[in-house]
Amino acid sequence: MNAKRKDMIATVIIDLIVAIVVGILFFLLAYILIKGLPHVSWSFLTGATDSFDGTGGIGVQLFNSFYLLVLTMLISIPISLGAGIYLAEYAKDNWRTSLIRSAIEVLSSLPSVVVGLFGFLLFVVKFKIGFSVISGAIALTFFNLPLLTRNIEESLSAVSRSQREAGLSLGLSKWKTEVGIILPVALPGIVTGVVLSAGRVFGEAAALIYTAGQSAPVTNFADWNPMDAASPLNPFRPAETLAVHIWKMNTEGLASNAAALSAAASAVLIIAVLLFNLGARVLGSYLYRRVTASK
Amino acid sequence: MNKGSKLAMGIAAISLLLVGCGKATSSTSSKESSAALSGKVTAVGSTALQPLAAKAGSNFTAKNSKVNLTVQGGGSGTGLSQVQAGAVSIGDSDIFAEEKDGIKADKLTDHKVAVVGMAPVVNKDTGIKNLKMAQLKQIFTGKITNWKEVGGKDEKIVIINRAQGSGTRATFENAVLKGTDAVKSQEQDSNGAVQKIVSTTPGAVSYLAFSYFTNKLQAVSIDNVTPTDNNVETNKWKIWSYEHMYTKGTPDKATTAFLKYMDSKTVQDSLVKDMGYISIHDMKVTKDAKGVVTQN
Amino acid sequence: MEQTNFQLKKQDTQSQEWSKRLHHATRATREDWIGRGVSYLCIGVIILVVASMLWFITSKGIATFTQNHVSLWKFLSGTDWSPSQGKIGALPMIVGSFAVTFAAAIVATPFAVGTAIFMTEISPNKGRKFLQPVIELLVGIPSVVYGFIGLAVVVPFMRHLVGGSGFGIISATFVLFVMVLPTITSMTVDSLRAVPRYYKEASLALGATRWQTVSKVILRSATPGILTAVIFGMARAFGEALAVQMVIGNAAVMPKDLISAASTLTSQLTTGIGDTIDGTLPNNALWSLALILLLMSLFFNALVRVIAKRGQLKHER
Repeated sequence: MNAKRKDMIATVIIDLIVAIVVGILFFLLAYILIKGLPHVSWSFLTGATDSFDGTGGIGVQLFNSFYLLVLTMLISIPISLGAGIYLAEYAKDNWRTSLIRSAIEVLSSLPSVVVGLFGFLLFVVKFKIGFSVISGAIALTFFNLPLLTRNIEESLSAVSRSQREAGLSLGLSKWKTEVGIILPVALPGIVTGVVLSAGRVFGEAAALIYTAGQSAPVTNFADWNPMDAASPLNPFRPAETLAVHIWKMNTEGLASNAAALSAAASAVLIIAVLLFNLGARVLGSYLYRRVTASK
Repeated sequence: MNKGSKLAMGIAAISLLLVGCGKATSSTSSKESSAALSGKVTAVGSTALQPLAAKAGSNFTAKNSKVNLTVQGGGSGTGLSQVQAGAVSIGDSDIFAEEKDGIKADKLTDHKVAVVGMAPVVNKDTGIKNLKMAQLKQIFTGKITNWKEVGGKDEKIVIINRAQGSGTRATFENAVLKGTDAVKSQEQDSNGAVQKIVSTTPGAVSYLAFSYFTNKLQAVSIDNVTPTDNNVETNKWKIWSYEHMYTKGTPDKATTAFLKYMDSKTVQDSLVKDMGYISIHDMKVTKDAKGVVTQN
Repeated sequence: MEQTNFQLKKQDTQSQEWSKRLHHATRATREDWIGRGVSYLCIGVIILVVASMLWFITSKGIATFTQNHVSLWKFLSGTDWSPSQGKIGALPMIVGSFAVTFAAAIVATPFAVGTAIFMTEISPNKGRKFLQPVIELLVGIPSVVYGFIGLAVVVPFMRHLVGGSGFGIISATFVLFVMVLPTITSMTVDSLRAVPRYYKEASLALGATRWQTVSKVILRSATPGILTAVIFGMARAFGEALAVQMVIGNAAVMPKDLISAASTLTSQLTTGIGDTIDGTLPNNALWSLALILLLMSLFFNALVRVIAKRGQLKHER
């Protein structure tokens, strides 16, 4: 009887906690969307920003955010995949491995402004790459690596031992087992991790201010040659992202409607993240079904 | 996963492509092949100067399409450090290089491009519209802590200062505190943050560039002098500073041309004023790095 | 004669080839080598990145002590932070950072764990379909947006609730609580899901109620994972700058109470870094703050490892 009552009380408390959390989350989302959406229009989404007072659209920033995200993921996913496999499969349980793990986690807890300045002094100044998409992508990779590596390792380790043994007993190499059998099973977990880190990349501002820069030169969207200076695909052009734009509007925005514009940009950012999450989720479960042939 | 992000990017790209087509024509038409000026110009530094430099920069490159001009923020300290290190062509600063430790000012060339006036601002509920210079000093040194002591409402004074080392703070402290230390208080690093905090926090006081005044906060007159451009030009209003563009050694042709463009009538009479800054040409006085003001 | 010799030679090479093939690594082994190589390379890249960051921050951070000859003790225990006048006492920021981080973690953990239990044990369906996407969405909100919502909503709310100006540790705690909640929750969910199903089934089969199963079996075996989640959340709180800076007031004074303006290591770092000159004391002092930040998180990591290892051992016994 006592245990049952405890069970009931606990359930009520947990429900209450969830209600509060959901309440906070919804308040936040509603606040951003209600404040921002009325100012979002097609011309706002696609137009160019006036570099003077920040009025006008956010088309270039939106593109930059996505482009930077793609580049970051292109750099960080392969590296963290390899590192995750190392930690899950090859690393022995000794002090060296735990040192490596600690080092990776320390990397993720560095304040973004420090990573940004590191990127600035190293890539922008020392290697003379300048304020560019690629500098920004490398700086963001620093953030992404620990999060992704950890996530991939966990997803891989969570796959049951019997699958691993089955692969090895078939005479497959450890590597083949890992890539051919374990990885597909771990895919949904990995996708979640990628989505979470993509969210972080999308919302990151402090690290990009000093690396990708805070100017969005009008790019020529008819020119898709990555080598041209005006091409949107040129990785060596400075690229203000949406999050940096929001930061700039809030700190130095001169327009009389700066608040409304930044609210609108925030709303767009949230929706972009939402779409991205949904897309990744659908893709993740599709891939999972394809690769494992399960329903 | 890569596929997912590629797909997302593709969709974004296609939607943008539709718009881009319309824009492409306008940018090519403005290519007047005047002088064969080319090169790479990077201006980094003061966030306050950034919008002006960026706009002037994009107008400049519209005429000189071969010049690759980039304007970035990062703060006056960053601008001065990087121009001194030779990493950028122009270092934007709200502060004289002489005022910064660690900067060899004699190695840099100063180009003053605008004047910015600053004034104390208070939250509207304080009921303050004018203060004496001495009172203002006492407020920021922590000697006066309640608005009723200076004729306002019975309310605690909340001081919002600018970050230590920032150009705005240096200007304000030179003009108002004259050497005494400000009381330890809140510090914010941008005009936007100060603007928001002062307009929403009861009893708040800070200082802002003229261009950031809004009807949600109250700009304060000092000794009955109102903070206007005219008063700055004659130095009747004491709290003002230059916006500087520093170069090191002999700048290249493109940089020189851009600096000349910044000083031209096109920029000074329109852009500078639109920005809420004061044209360098309108000033009737000159201030040097030590704060000594001389009539022109 | 020559012909037989030739034949013999041929036979010889054939058998050599066979033995070569037999002694040669199999395709699987070679694959494994390549795989091993690739994954070692990747971890090598990460270690290189971490090492260069550590070297970078350490070398910049210790300049305060080696070049400017500030005593370490004065730096750690001093309470006067005016770098432009050569006074650098970092204690107010250290206390501020610890205070907001711990407070946020303490507030957020029960909420995160509760939500995670709901999502995994009570209503997995709703959890997966509805809560998880929303929580992941929140990770993507830029911290500057959190900061300005904090300024527009939390600060006035705290001003009315507890008095003062509204800026202070309590407002920062609240904003950080919301910011770290998604991180802690989603990682806790992962570790709860990783608990083997048969643990739960065994417990329920023994007649334990759901809460008994959750509290005695699932939470216990997921403890190392939950601790890691909390540490990750704390790491985010530690490193957060833009949002905290807006609501904590960012005043470099010892925090007297929860409702007066204070500052954290990151908030001072972010506000000051753009206005200082490379190689001067004010700049070096800021890097020293970054170094403290780094050392603090190293320490926490070590702590977690110890805790996790203990939990694991008990668990396996």
